[in-house]
This record gives sequence, C-alpha cells and structure tokens, in this order.
Amino acid sequence: MRDNPVLRVVTKITLPLIFLFALYVQFHGDFGPGGGFQAGVIFAAGFILYGLVFGTEALRAAVPAAVLRLGIALGLMLYAGVGVVTLGLGGEYLAYGTLAHTAAHGQHLGIFLVELGVGVTVAAVMVAVFLAFAGRADP
Amino acid sequence: MIAAQLPALQVVVPLLGAPLCLLARKGNTAWALTLAISAVALLIATLLLGQVLEQGSVAYAFGGWAAPWGIEYRLDAVNAIVLLIVTGISTVVLLFAKTSVAHEIRPEQQVLFYTSWLLCLTGLLGITITGDAFNLFVFLEISSLSSYVLISLGSDRRALTAAYQYLIMGTIGATFILIGIGLLYMVTGTLNMADLAGRLPELTASRTVRTAFAFLTVGIGLKLALFPLHLWLPNAYAYAPSVVTAFLAATATKVAIYMLLRFMFSVFGAGFSFGAMPLPTLLVLLGAAAVLSASTVAIFQHNIKRMLAYSSVAQIGYMVLGMSLASSAGLTAAVLHLFNHALMKGGLFLALGCIAWRLGSVRLGDLAGLGYRMPWTMAAFVAGGLSLIGLPLTAGFISKWYLVLAALEQGWWPVVIVVVAGSLLAVVYIWRVIETAYFRDRGEPAPPVQEAPLSMLLPTWLLVGANVYFGIYTDLSVGVAGQAARVLLGTAP
Amino acid sequence: MSAAGLYNYWIVILLMMAGFYVVISSGNLVKKIVGLNLFQASVFILYISMGKVAGGSAPILREGVTQFSNPLPHVLILTAIVVGVATTALGLALVVRIREAYGTAEEDEIHQQDESL
Repeated sequence: MRDNPVLRVVTKITLPLIFLFALYVQFHGDFGPGGGFQAGVIFAAGFILYGLVFGTEALRAAVPAAVLRLGIALGLMLYAGVGVVTLGLGGEYLAYGTLAHTAAHGQHLGIFLVELGVGVTVAAVMVAVFLAFAGRADP
Repeated sequence: MIAAQLPALQVVVPLLGAPLCLLARKGNTAWALTLAISAVALLIATLLLGQVLEQGSVAYAFGGWAAPWGIEYRLDAVNAIVLLIVTGISTVVLLFAKTSVAHEIRPEQQVLFYTSWLLCLTGLLGITITGDAFNLFVFLEISSLSSYVLISLGSDRRALTAAYQYLIMGTIGATFILIGIGLLYMVTGTLNMADLAGRLPELTASRTVRTAFAFLTVGIGLKLALFPLHLWLPNAYAYAPSVVTAFLAATATKVAIYMLLRFMFSVFGAGFSFGAMPLPTLLVLLGAAAVLSASTVAIFQHNIKRMLAYSSVAQIGYMVLGMSLASSAGLTAAVLHLFNHALMKGGLFLALGCIAWRLGSVRLGDLAGLGYRMPWTMAAFVAGGLSLIGLPLTAGFISKWYLVLAALEQGWWPVVIVVVAGSLLAVVYIWRVIETAYFRDRGEPAPPVQEAPLSMLLPTWLLVGANVYFGIYTDLSVGVAGQAARVLLGTAP
Repeated sequence: MSAAGLYNYWIVILLMMAGFYVVISSGNLVKKIVGLNLFQASVFILYISMGKVAGGSAPILREGVTQFSNPLPHVLILTAIVVGVATTALGLALVVRIREAYGTAEEDEIHQQDESL
C-alpha cells in the first residue's frame, strides 16, 4: 500500500491527529467518555494504521519488540505501584486520598496515574497483538 | 502494620511479580523469580490462616472505601484453607518445574510461561479472597485466560485444540456467572457478598433470584467440570505441559468448588439453596453420575494423564456429593476432600511428570517394567494411587470415611453404595498401572532408563508424603474443615 | 409492566440465543469466536439497559443536570468489554496456531486428523 500516494499522504497527515485525539481521550476520562483503555486502543490504532500502509517492517523499526515488552510491563507496574505507594503512605491499598494534601486532590492524582498505566499497557498490548498476527508467514 | 495489609498483599505480590517476570531475559531467571514470589505468597497465606484461626474472620476494605460501596476482601476458615492449598501447590510444583519446563517448553516461550503462571496464581488467589461478586468475575477471567495460555504451551499440537475448547466452554461459563451476578445486582442493588446475603432472604420468591441461582450454578459447574459439563477437562489435562497439569488439577477445580460453596451457602443461604431449589437432588444425581461414569471411562484409557484426568472428574463428583448433603458432616467431608484431592492429584501428576521427563511418553504400554528402573517415582505413584482408592492410612481414606458417615447420618444409602463402587473402580484403573509397571517385562529394544533427578523427586515425595501424613495425623485438616463447615452453615462467624 | 415495556430484555434474550447457537452449531473455529462475542454483547446490553434511570441522563457530572443514570453498570461493563476483547484476541491467536499446525480451521477436519492417530 505504500505505493499508493493518496494513502501515504493522508496517513501521514492523520497520524498526528489520531495520537492527539488519543491523548485527549486519555486525560478527559473524568469529564466525558474516555479513560485508559479507550485511549490506549486509539493510540494503538494509529500505529496499526502506519503498519497497514507502510508495512510491518516499518512498524517494527518504529516500535521494536523490546519497547513493546517494556511498555506492557511498565504500565501494569505503574498501576500496581500506585497502590504500593499508598500502602507506604499509611492507607490501604489504592487509597488515593493519601497521595496529596487533600483527599480530593489525591483522588484526581491517583486516577490520573492509574489511567496512564492502563493506557500505556493497552496501547503496547494492542500493537504487540497486531505484530504477532501480521508477522506470521502464510503457510 | 503489615499484618493488617496482608489480605491485599496476598494478591498484589504475584500481580506485581508478573510484569517483573516479563522483563526477564532467560527462562532460569524467570523461574527463580516465580518461585520466590510463590514462596512469599505461601508465607502470606500461612500468616492469614493463623489470623483467621485466631480471630474468626478478617475483613479488608480496598482503597479505604468501606463495604458495601467499596470492594472488600473477606477471609474466613473456608477461603483461608483454599489460599493455603493454592499457594502451597504452586510453590511445590515450581520446585519441580525447572527441569520439567526446560525439557518440555521451547526456550523463547519460557519467560512468557512463567509470567502466565504468576497471572494464573494472582487470579486464583483473587477469586478465593474477594468478598465482592464482580471482583470475583474479574479474577476468574484473569485466571482462566492465563490457564488457556499455559495449556496451549504443551508440545503436542492437540494442546492447541484442547486450549481452544477450554476457552470456548470456559468463557461461556464465565459469561453465565456474569449474567447471574447482573441479575442479583438488578434485584438487590449491591455487589458485596455479605450485603447480598443480608438482602436476599426477603426476595427469594422473585423469579429473578431463581434465574440468577440457575445461571450461577451452571456457570460455576462449567468451571468445576461437573458432569456433564466436564468435556474440556480430559483433553486440557492430557495435552498440557506436566507442571501445568499438576498445578491446574490441584488448584483450579478446587477454587471453583470454593466458588460454588460461597455462593450456595454464604450468599444465597442454605435454606434457599437446599430448600426452595432442587439443588440436593441435582447435585446427588450429577455427583453420582460423575463418580461412576468417569471412573469407568478412566479404566479404558491408554494415556495415563487422561486416565487421571477422568479420575479428577470422579473426585469432583465426591466433593459435590458431600455438598449435596448440606449437613455439617457433609460439608466437612467436601472441604476435607478438597484439601486431600489437591495433595493426591498434585503428587500423582508430578510423578507422571518425572516419567514423562525420562521416557518422553505417558502411554500405559511404555511403562512396562518401570517399577524396577524408576523405583522411587513408581512408589510415589502407587502411594498416590492408594490414596485415590481410599486405603486406610492415606488422606483419601479420611475424606471418604467422613463422606460415608455424613451419608449414613441422613440415611442416604445410595450415596454410600456410589462411594464404595467408585473406590472399587479406582482399584481397577490403578491396578492396571501397577500391573504394567511391576509385573511386565521391559522388553529388549527399549533404551535404558534411570531414576528421575532429585530436584523432581523431592517435590513429588513432599506431596505424596503429605498425603500419608494427613492420613495419619488428621486433627489439623479435620479441625479446619469442620470450622469451615460451621462457617458455611452460619453457625460460626 | 407490559411486555412491550420490557423490550430491552427481549433484545438481550434474542442476542444471547443467537450467539449461543452460533457457538454450538458452527463448524468453523473463527465463527465460534464471533458467536461468543455476540453472546457476550447481549450480557453488556443487559447490564447497561438495567442501569438506566427513567428521566436520567448519561452518568457524567455536568452543569444543570440533577438526575443521572446509574454509573456502576457502565463501569462493570467497561471491564467486561476489556475481558471480552482479551478473550477474542487469545481465541484468534489459538486459531492461527491451530491452522498452522493442522492446515485447516474447520472443526470436523481437525477431528478427523486427530482420530486417525
């Protein structure tokens, strides 16, 4: 598909917009439909579009397997780690209120961090699933 | 201070371990990390059991949100014992796993294998410890998905179809459980199990509650491999890697039995489940059918893993028979058999793992004369087999004895006949293996065979030895099982 | 409560039975997974439609809105959707591997190949 000029140009124009929209959905989960999972999927969709148009080799060069593995692990560790931090600060597991000076601020910060963790893991997993399927040679 | 946070740590430690394991490079590093985390989880489970035996029940509110709005972890005698079984079996099997996995699973898949193991452990521990119905569903799916992955890593290509079949049936079961939980939420407005137990008694006439009961029973029955929903189990256990079979056979179905006990007794209440709904008749019929039909089919199997898998279906039938009696003695028997069967099957499958490692096959014909070449392994198999039959001095005898006593107490003679018949059928299929291993010649063209290494023999004998130990010194296991039965029937906190 | 007022439950039952039928009757492994998805979608509709409060708006805090639908089923279903996606991905990965190992994704042909062992 990379020989088709229309697809190539349109993809290159829309990819930044997709990623920007993904970031918007990630951070506006408090105020509208959104949050970690949806944003992660949109983010991954951008990468998958790149892979579809420019080929899986180009996608692998952009996102090496080691980066994906790191992303999957780090997102989950961020989420679980926030809980461990609140344990250390004297509350129960995932008691966000202990994270900041007031309980409300703590809730905001806590949700922000865990959603970020979810978004990172989901994006990495979706791209990894795509590459695992697409990279197999047809028998 | 840590003591108060132990319930959360029980699940958080393996959950944090899984991504750490994913970052490992080599299979051996991943194995060491998994073993360490499993050992820590075992320590936490032991401490929690101690807390429960002291205080009665332990509650933990996640995130500081009090129940019933927040998610609550609730521990009593029933789930403390299941936690101990799951973590204990996981640690012992992992001791065995290093050599076995290096032999059976490709090097590039080993890190992912151990990561899935930790996720499965997280899921099973989460199901056991949670006091929130939807949280139970989430952990159920975590453990199910990771067990599909673990099973599919078997070396035979039939492991893939076995994992696929288990995926389809397991997802249908989990979705039925989700429907049941949804219907309960619709009627009561709460997801907390203790709160549901408080609100359901005045709503039991409603058809929604009865439908929820039906969906939950069928859904949990699918995960439990209750006859006739057991079709996924023989293939899944036969073609999975040896350590996976040992782990799942000793834990996954036990946790499903725990789920059934929790919903039938603690949420719906024994009065509704056994009075208004036809559960006793259903469980007796299905339990008896499981014992008799699965034991019979086991006699004709050539693959020994498959034979033991059918034997597992029969043993689950015994536990369900104990549950159907709904008396203190019946429930004690069911919980006891849960504990003893985990030890029995764990030991048997580990012994088979030793044989698979040495011989590369678990077909009955290939075991000829093995009793003299691999004496310790076959002795472990024989000891486990005797426990399966229910010979005195083994743990299997204790649980069958309590089951027969409970049945006699209620005058249910057919159940006694079924238990005895099942034991006789078990004699037949265990004798086939003993006869081939000890009384048949190895034959000339067979390559020479040595005993299994110590790293594999020790965990096997640990489980088999525990079998014999708990068959002789019964105070601890019977005491905790009795306490669990009292908790379930509501006569203790 | 007339039968017409309960139309959301009729839709749930229809989808559930359709999905279940596809899982049981279809011979192709990929179609079974599609049926499973349909089956799970019916459960999502069950939860969300029961969470609707008459006269309530979407459960997002906004100026000038006083009555909201129940947000808890929405949260539960977000989780259940993720579980469904993970199950589908895993199922399809297994189908890809099965196709590579057996050469086919039809259940009866796979059965034939295994029985000939």
